[in-house]
Amino acid sequence: MSDFKIATRETNAVNILDLKGYLDAHTAAELEAAFQKLIDQKRFNIVVNCKDLTYISSAGLGVFMAYIEDVRNHSGDIKLSNMSQKIYNVFDLLGFPLLYDIAKDEQEAVSKFTAGKK
Amino acid sequence: MTQPQSNKSPGGATLTIKSRTERLSEVREFVSAAAREFGFDEEAVNKIALAVDEACTNVIKHSYKYATDKDIRIRIVTNAVTFEVRIQDQGLSFDPETIKKPDMKEYLAHYRRGGLGMYLMRSLMDDVEYIVSPEMNEVRLMKRLQPK
Repeated sequence: MSDFKIATRETNAVNILDLKGYLDAHTAAELEAAFQKLIDQKRFNIVVNCKDLTYISSAGLGVFMAYIEDVRNHSGDIKLSNMSQKIYNVFDLLGFPLLYDIAKDEQEAVSKFTAGKK
Repeated sequence: MTQPQSNKSPGGATLTIKSRTERLSEVREFVSAAAREFGFDEEAVNKIALAVDEACTNVIKHSYKYATDKDIRIRIVTNAVTFEVRIQDQGLSFDPETIKKPDMKEYLAHYRRGGLGMYLMRSLMDDVEYIVSPEMNEVRLMKRLQPK
């Protein structure tokens, strides 16, 4: 069965999304809803922790594409962290490391916001 | 809910599912098991499963326009060194000539989200072929087993 979960938390005014499981065309709408909710609340400093993300297809990658411009236009960013090699390989195939800030761990991603860097 | 029809025939296996995104996980598991049994390592198994997911997602979105009661047939055809997955549907057909490799620089510059699946399929597999006939559309995803 397709299994995907998102948990939201906040650290030092940075919003963290913890993704778990399989992100595909069936579950991508859940991630869209989570981004939309943050944007509606004018929360634009976002870190997506991919530690427990086991699978991603282009439907999931498309969600990041859909929101990054809006978030950056509000002086925020969507940064990614704790990606497994398997997930990174998919991002890499599409050239996403050029477009997204991918940090080794969550602390590094959060500190880039708090240091005022993007 | 209709049960999936799965059977094994000489040289391959077939899975037929209804055109629903909730069935994608089942497709990935079916194709992964067959690819693993054929002899691919986990990295290649993951690539094949992702490519087939992308092909089925395209059928659901574009051929069937999200209608949930249509059939998608996933057939595995193998010989000594090639593993081919054929994804068949009876939905809207397309002109394969119009499918070209997207320019990823242009894509990324404009944050475009469509067409990523097509690009991924071509990157993940050794060969991608589209066959359009009056009876059905078929995408053939092929990968060769590298000698160890």
